Amino acid sequence: MRDVDQLQHDVLVIGGGGAGLRAAIAVAQEHPDLSIGIVSKVYPMRSHTVAAEGGMAAVIKDNDSAEDHIYDTISGSDWLADQDAVEMFVEEAPRELIQLEHWGCPWSREATGHVAVRPFGGMKLQRTWFATDKTGFHVLHSLFQTCLQFPSITRYDEWFATKLLVDDGRCQGCTAIELRTGQLRPIYAKAVIIATGGFGRIFPFTTNGAIKTGDGLAIAYRAGVALKDMEFVQYHPTGLPGTGILITEASRGEGGVLRNNKGERYLADYDLGEPLPLDDPRHPQLRTMELGPRDRLSQAFIKEQEKGNTYSGTYGDYVHLDIQHLGEHRIDTKLPFVRELARNYGGIDPVTESIPVRPVVHYMMGGIDTDIEAATSLPGLYAAGECACVSINGANRLGSNSLTELVVFGARAGRNAANFAHASDPAAVDRLESQVDEERARIRRILEQPSGGDRVAELRREMTSTMEEGAGIYRTQEGIEQTYAILSDLRERFGSVDLDDRTNVYNTDLISALELDYMLDISLALAASARDRTESRGSHQRTDHPERDDDQFLKHSLAVRGDDGTPDVSFRDVVITKWPPGSRTYGSTDQAKAAKTES
Amino acid sequence: MSTAIDTMVRFEVFRYQPDWDEPTYQIYDVPYREDWVVLDALNYIKDTIDGSLTYRWSCRMGVCGSCGAMVNGYPKLTCAAFLSEYLPGPIRVEPLVNFNVERDLVTSIDGFMEKLESVQPWIIREDGATDDLKSEYLQTPAQHSAYQQFSMCINCLLCYAACPVSSHSEEFIGPAALALAQRYNLDTRDEGVEQRRDVILKDEGIWECSFVGECSAVCPKHVDPAGAIQQAKMTGAIDYYRRLLMPWTVKS
Repeated sequence: MRDVDQLQHDVLVIGGGGAGLRAAIAVAQEHPDLSIGIVSKVYPMRSHTVAAEGGMAAVIKDNDSAEDHIYDTISGSDWLADQDAVEMFVEEAPRELIQLEHWGCPWSREATGHVAVRPFGGMKLQRTWFATDKTGFHVLHSLFQTCLQFPSITRYDEWFATKLLVDDGRCQGCTAIELRTGQLRPIYAKAVIIATGGFGRIFPFTTNGAIKTGDGLAIAYRAGVALKDMEFVQYHPTGLPGTGILITEASRGEGGVLRNNKGERYLADYDLGEPLPLDDPRHPQLRTMELGPRDRLSQAFIKEQEKGNTYSGTYGDYVHLDIQHLGEHRIDTKLPFVRELARNYGGIDPVTESIPVRPVVHYMMGGIDTDIEAATSLPGLYAAGECACVSINGANRLGSNSLTELVVFGARAGRNAANFAHASDPAAVDRLESQVDEERARIRRILEQPSGGDRVAELRREMTSTMEEGAGIYRTQEGIEQTYAILSDLRERFGSVDLDDRTNVYNTDLISALELDYMLDISLALAASARDRTESRGSHQRTDHPERDDDQFLKHSLAVRGDDGTPDVSFRDVVITKWPPGSRTYGSTDQAKAAKTES
Repeated sequence: MSTAIDTMVRFEVFRYQPDWDEPTYQIYDVPYREDWVVLDALNYIKDTIDGSLTYRWSCRMGVCGSCGAMVNGYPKLTCAAFLSEYLPGPIRVEPLVNFNVERDLVTSIDGFMEKLESVQPWIIREDGATDDLKSEYLQTPAQHSAYQQFSMCINCLLCYAACPVSSHSEEFIGPAALALAQRYNLDTRDEGVEQRRDVILKDEGIWECSFVGECSAVCPKHVDPAGAIQQAKMTGAIDYYRRLLMPWTVKS
């Protein structure tokens, strides 16, 4: 049956967070003649960009240089980042952050009126712009409010995209469920941008909000696009036990320190340099101790746990993050959200007590395989932000590079999709109708499945539990294979998933089932990629292959969905321009410089 | 607090679907955990008792603004409403008042989205078209402080549920949208005060607002929309008399 009022746009953006909104504005500003749709499963201001805290990296100060930001990013990535992409990213970053400033982002300021910057982990110089410790919140609301002024943007708020429409080798839109009515409808487009963010919810303990289920990755994967570097999962070293709520790295950037149950600053034992006394004016030292990279800090926690040097609590083991020496005034002006979160959800006031913290799944380096132009292998399909993997983050992302990535690659995706749309014919609606019908049938099958199978929440619990078991901070062949087997079994059991809710209007039980379906696909891709990378690099640590192996694995993994639904993994060379692989040295800026000169 | 681990808390949750004649309250007994919030209890119900219970949530850390509801008659973020504050129960959870209910705890916020857009919550610059993006606009910490509080609004809409004017006037632009208008008006980078004037001052609501301050009292982010509205009224009144008495001082 043909729609009476067909939904059709030139460019369709799936995802209304930082990357999606930036992409939509790029199209609207530079191509006012194009019609734009934004499909988002939540109102855009609920997107998880909102929860980012610490800041956004870009070279703006006179003592800084693009060269330094590039080197920090590449060494932070354990040389798995594509260097042409990093160079471009660093080059375009300042302009994009100034653009946000001109759109009203309330950056914290110096007395002179210039934007202020703060230190961040793995960065050799202070280059992280910040809006107190609610940077993501301010960036998201600035972008969302800015996008309201463009009449060419139509929003589909609370529509859940379920499938890409592909004909003649070209992406031509998607199907989406309007939550309010339960109707599944096609939205046609000449070009599509996926910007749906990360998928931390495949793990049990994560900083990610409930919506971070990787739907965008899964629909691209099902349309034949590869998922790249999926095995690289970032554990942030400082989450609150129990909830997994993030305590920003900015708390260490401002001078906070980590201590074990003996009161020791244990990072000194993990090749991250020497601790300076807290009253030393040089503390905190850049690229040193608490300002080392996230992968190394989270790994150090596990080693301390093995030594019995962690505290134990109701929600597992933890260490202390101490910011008391910063004093109440500095905490309230620079880290007000940290205080609010620690009080509300940790039950302690960081002005007078240490904050209990433990590593928590925070960010996915892997994602939809794109090139430097944000284009995927499927013509007409683009991706940007955490759902995409260009890759500038390689095996470990540096804190404050991800918000920058949203705007740099969001804007590029928007511009390139607009150009593609300009040169393309409208979607072949007649030929796509059968795909829409098939999708309706697929969803009806889930909705009308006879009772007796597993509940969504039970399958989800087993999935997250096996991911932590086999694909956590340290991994083994045996562990990953077991996780893969359990996931395959869950994949089977999903076929008879039993919903409590069989109605149409705002059926969140159905949406949870569809999200679970997608999470199972990407979890399998992650497990297969982790199984096949038999080396240790950045956040991917194999205790059975503890060394980095550049001969075999200076390569991106690419997981493609086979005909039987299981992932096939292959590898592609990393792009090296000027920085041949070297050793990752942290401890002092002098050492880092030395390493750089050697290379 | 030494509440036993096997203590149960009774929840009375508002249930409604569009094809029902009227809503009902459903009873659920949920195990008490000292560090649980109302949202944890809703998730417990959905995951283990009744998957059809419908509500919005995402960040569970008080910043996405999705999970507002009436908890024992008072507008709250359910992710910030600790069970320990409501012992021994029962805890009644209902959708935010002053909004139409779509289903269970989910309300329609279409009206707010239109009001938000109507106040033009974006930077308006006369030089907008020639923006070269070479450097940032300067803004001192003091200038930043002037509007910062009003920029903290997470659009959770608790203030609309608390607002006595919103309860009888659907047209009232309302606390959050007016606070955001004031946020841009006070931003030194913005030149859009004139463009926002009409929509704000023509709004009957702002003159009706009696500064009861309920909106500011319920705001989980201390935005103080009541203060913003008072400021806007003051500016509006001064502006009115200036136009009347000293027309030559007013930009055309």
